[in-house]
Amino acid sequence: MSDAERKIRVIVAKPGLDGHDRGAKVVARALRDAGMEVIYTGIRQTPAMIAEAALQEDADVVGISILSGAHLELFPHILSACAERDITPANTLFFCGGIIPDEDLAKLHEIGFQGVFGPGANTNDIIEFVREHVAAPA
Amino acid sequence: MSDSGPQYAAELVVGLRAGNRRALARLLTEAENGSPAGREGLRLLFADTGRAHTVGITGSPGAGKSTVTNMLAKAYRAQDKTVAIVAVDPSSPFTQGAILGDRVRMQDLSGDPGVFVRSLASRGALGGLSHGTLDVVAVLDASGRDVILIETVGAGQDEVEIAGAAQTTVLINTPGMGDDIQAMKAGIMEIADVLCVNKADHPGVDALIGQLRALLSLNVHADWQPPIVPTIATQGEGADALLEAITAHREHLVSTGKLALRERDRFRRQVLAIARAELLAGMLHGPRGEQRLAQILDDVTARHLDPHSAAAAWIDQGLHA
Repeated sequence: MSDAERKIRVIVAKPGLDGHDRGAKVVARALRDAGMEVIYTGIRQTPAMIAEAALQEDADVVGISILSGAHLELFPHILSACAERDITPANTLFFCGGIIPDEDLAKLHEIGFQGVFGPGANTNDIIEFVREHVAAPA
Repeated sequence: MSDSGPQYAAELVVGLRAGNRRALARLLTEAENGSPAGREGLRLLFADTGRAHTVGITGSPGAGKSTVTNMLAKAYRAQDKTVAIVAVDPSSPFTQGAILGDRVRMQDLSGDPGVFVRSLASRGALGGLSHGTLDVVAVLDASGRDVILIETVGAGQDEVEIAGAAQTTVLINTPGMGDDIQAMKAGIMEIADVLCVNKADHPGVDALIGQLRALLSLNVHADWQPPIVPTIATQGEGADALLEAITAHREHLVSTGKLALRERDRFRRQVLAIARAELLAGMLHGPRGEQRLAQILDDVTARHLDPHSAAAAWIDQGLHA
């Protein structure tokens, strides 16, 4: 396989205690249908589990789905668990989706989530966002 | 960072040897992709391979491959062995995308640095593995893991490539599949070194074990009778017995000298497969390869030339071009 055909590898994970993973599954499916390789980790992931999956799978992208409202609580923990493993917004694309109030968007961007997709987001926009932001391997 | 050259490979190899798991993960990506860096990394690491026990886990979709793999990994960890898991799931034939979901059943391995899980998409390969699987396993082997569990895509009858890739192949059967056992007779049953009967708390388990015994009794010449091990993987039941059966198989391979023979056979197939691909690529990308092929295909579609003669003509022209 030439580098031009290199697959985009995406982790899709659900942290915290809410078990509603329909949104995560819809996004996973859409990214698969766009030709990406999606590693689906399932629900109730701790920050360490997400970071470990991103490391072992050498993911280009980490997508987090959350509905519980605990994003400002949990996301910094996820980012620091990733950073301990040299997985940072500088070398990996982070995005999230779920129930996220508008007033939190700036904060999420600031800590490293380049994309935030709420209810009603178009999966094509998510696909385009990922394609645009994953740096083409040299 | 995404440099694909030898310098990058050398850096990753140094990292891997220092126990850096990020370097290991990145080298696995290069190896899976068959990139120049991946090939260079393998060249540097190859002398360190051949130490791990490679165990294939195969069976029908839903038989419990991931759950059995998870259970086995925990049993090996209880013996203080380090484990790598390579889990292959199918790629979509239409979009080439994939959802790799085996980690979902391996949650309780997370947080143990002695276990490294890597998911692979089959990427169009039809034998139950992907083209990069052997190289991925080799890198994990060189990283010093004691055991490498290789989980195939859900296998039917023909997905038997795992037997050539792993030292020991575990075939997972489940009760209630009825006539599937009959269908399995010729294909995948033959590659099993250990027969795991999972979901042993489901009805029909005794009948299944009886059928398997009857099938095995036909193997009169075999010097290894695959043991039948019942498990309830969701509860961890049968883990030790399964691990024991797998270990006994490896001891059998070592004591009979078959381990070396099988390995040589594997390398033969691997070298020939690589040579075949290289030769073909050389012809296609060689002097007017595609053009000549197009002309010959015109003759074939016009029924002036049959496919066998066409291939012979194309090769002959290529060699004398």
